[in-house]
Amino acid sequence: MSSASFDELIASKSIVVLAGTGGVGKTTTSAVVALHAARAGRKVALVTIDPAKRLADALGLDELSNEPSRIDLTPDDQTTDKAKTTGELWALMLDTKSTFDALIHRYSADPAQADRILSNDFYSNISNALSGTQEYMAMEKLYELAEDGDYDLVIVDTPPSRNALAFLDSPNMLARLLDHWLYKALMTPTRKLLKASNLLLKQLSKVVGGDVVEDIVAFFQAFEGMEDGFKERSQRVMELLASDACAFVLVASARRDTTIEAAYLARQLADNDLDVAAVVMNRLQPDFVRLKRRPRAPEFEPFLQAHDELHALADREETHIESLLSQVASDPVVVRVPLLATDVHDLDGMAELQAKMFQT
Amino acid sequence: MDPDEYFNRTRMVIVAGKGGVGKTVLSAALARLAARTGRTALLVEVDGRNAVASLFDVAEIAYEETVIAPATDHTAAVRARSITPDTALVEWLDDHGMKLISKRLQRTGAIDVIATATPGIKDLLVLGKIKQLVVESDADVVIVDAPAAGHAMTFLRAPAMLAEMARSGPIHTQAHAVLEMLHDPRQCEVMLVTLPEETPVNELIDTAFQLEDDVGIQLAPVVVNGMYPVIDGLDTDLSNVDLSSVKSNLGAAKIAELRAAGDFRHKRSELQTSQRDRLADMLPLEQLALPYIFDADIGLEQIDELADALARAIEALDV
Repeated sequence: MSSASFDELIASKSIVVLAGTGGVGKTTTSAVVALHAARAGRKVALVTIDPAKRLADALGLDELSNEPSRIDLTPDDQTTDKAKTTGELWALMLDTKSTFDALIHRYSADPAQADRILSNDFYSNISNALSGTQEYMAMEKLYELAEDGDYDLVIVDTPPSRNALAFLDSPNMLARLLDHWLYKALMTPTRKLLKASNLLLKQLSKVVGGDVVEDIVAFFQAFEGMEDGFKERSQRVMELLASDACAFVLVASARRDTTIEAAYLARQLADNDLDVAAVVMNRLQPDFVRLKRRPRAPEFEPFLQAHDELHALADREETHIESLLSQVASDPVVVRVPLLATDVHDLDGMAELQAKMFQT
Repeated sequence: MDPDEYFNRTRMVIVAGKGGVGKTVLSAALARLAARTGRTALLVEVDGRNAVASLFDVAEIAYEETVIAPATDHTAAVRARSITPDTALVEWLDDHGMKLISKRLQRTGAIDVIATATPGIKDLLVLGKIKQLVVESDADVVIVDAPAAGHAMTFLRAPAMLAEMARSGPIHTQAHAVLEMLHDPRQCEVMLVTLPEETPVNELIDTAFQLEDDVGIQLAPVVVNGMYPVIDGLDTDLSNVDLSSVKSNLGAAKIAELRAAGDFRHKRSELQTSQRDRLADMLPLEQLALPYIFDADIGLEQIDELADALARAIEALDV
């Protein structure tokens, strides 16, 4: 286990990407890390994907926006030290389609080309429904904010899917669509290719209908000349993610199924030569003292039962944590966060989590 | 209601819920319970995660129907199969006289273009394949472990969306066939599952109303999974108890820790009950509660324990 603290790790990075499956408290963890860094005096941008409503309310994110808005960190009690922070927290809720639209505007040769693409039905399907697009756009947003240079730290919560790391393939995502044979045929129509592609298009029409095929063809034609810009940008995003400025934090709970999924995410990162810098083990059973001698009063029986159950659970959690860590080769910082007696959905609850997470 | 009666009322149960709330475990428990009533159960996995396999201690769930828990003197068999969107799309093209293009589309990668051009087509075809199973399989009950909640909505909305989009042709026909199945409560219903926690409960409520409004599918009672079994006496005020004899052998600090453990458990339990009550207030559906299992990871033995609990909860329904 790495000897560095979580606090030192976060303080030394300018980009933090949190990955994990659904239901492990990843969004809350992202918010707590962001709050911590802001209270330490840094200017922080937090990219959230789909925060639970009460968390969004707590952060003051009630108005859905794709641009960062500033979160008021002033506690109600003005006398505490926390009121003195010079840091800032800015947060946004990722809007996949507008992020993609902005990208189209950036790389199109002229407004007419952008319009042709943005009004195309096939394009709206890509920007809304193509699997991996949300993950891709989360990284695009990260890149945009990091490039701006306005922030000391950009924190990104990834979508809660098994494909959370689909962005690792993002240089290839559009390329996969754009590069293949059909696209080449439409772009550089040699007679032989054109004949074959016309046949394919005819057959495609039988399956999905003629309108749909016309949209596809129109999209590919409108996209001409833009793909190099896209590919180059994807390449730069990947370089940024692989740089020392960036840390990947794996968030998991200590159950068999969630640690299996977390190990899967860790493997995907490793396959792309990216290190897991920290593992946050979330919602662990709190560590109550283990009794060797047991009180014999009948009133204590229920308490002993609770004691025994919590410890049985804690022991199992420990085996799952060990199993996960044995599959993460990068010597990560390990952060253990206990389950609180109440659910966390306001700034006070987040402050409590922050204290546990950063041992303050 | 008798479990036997429950499985009589519908042929297929689609289990849906947010990620991490125990969909797969519930699907497995339902399948075991159906098997106990003498019905052969077919468990269908649609996300290729192979999560069912480890529960039943088999290597993997294949595309072909295989027995994962054999029949015994008292129970019927549980079978399983995995249907992934890609296999469903290719098989559908093959079945509809498009074997040649299906091969070519796979080879050129244009199959991704089709799937992107017609969002929902893979979901529709997975559902279409499931419908075909319901018709052709000799299993008595089909249990579908649906994708996680957000995706469960897109999954179940896909047929209506495509029925509207494709005005004619094979997709249109397929969409209408699947819609007919989804709208018929004797053919299928959705069982939503949640943990007794704020966010999953909210998500379940949203999903339930959306399913009713947008899909028009029958909703089964909702399952509240992971309820801590009640321990009586955790609210005892120990300050009124004569602790002199206990203190001498344990010490006040240890006693305080023990109380803290009890209090923690009691608070989490109250939180769970309040979430369950909130769910009852906001969603007019009956609830089936399943206990949290403290002492072991979930394997076949625990699945059977949960099937017991499910049977008791179904029996307690006053329908």
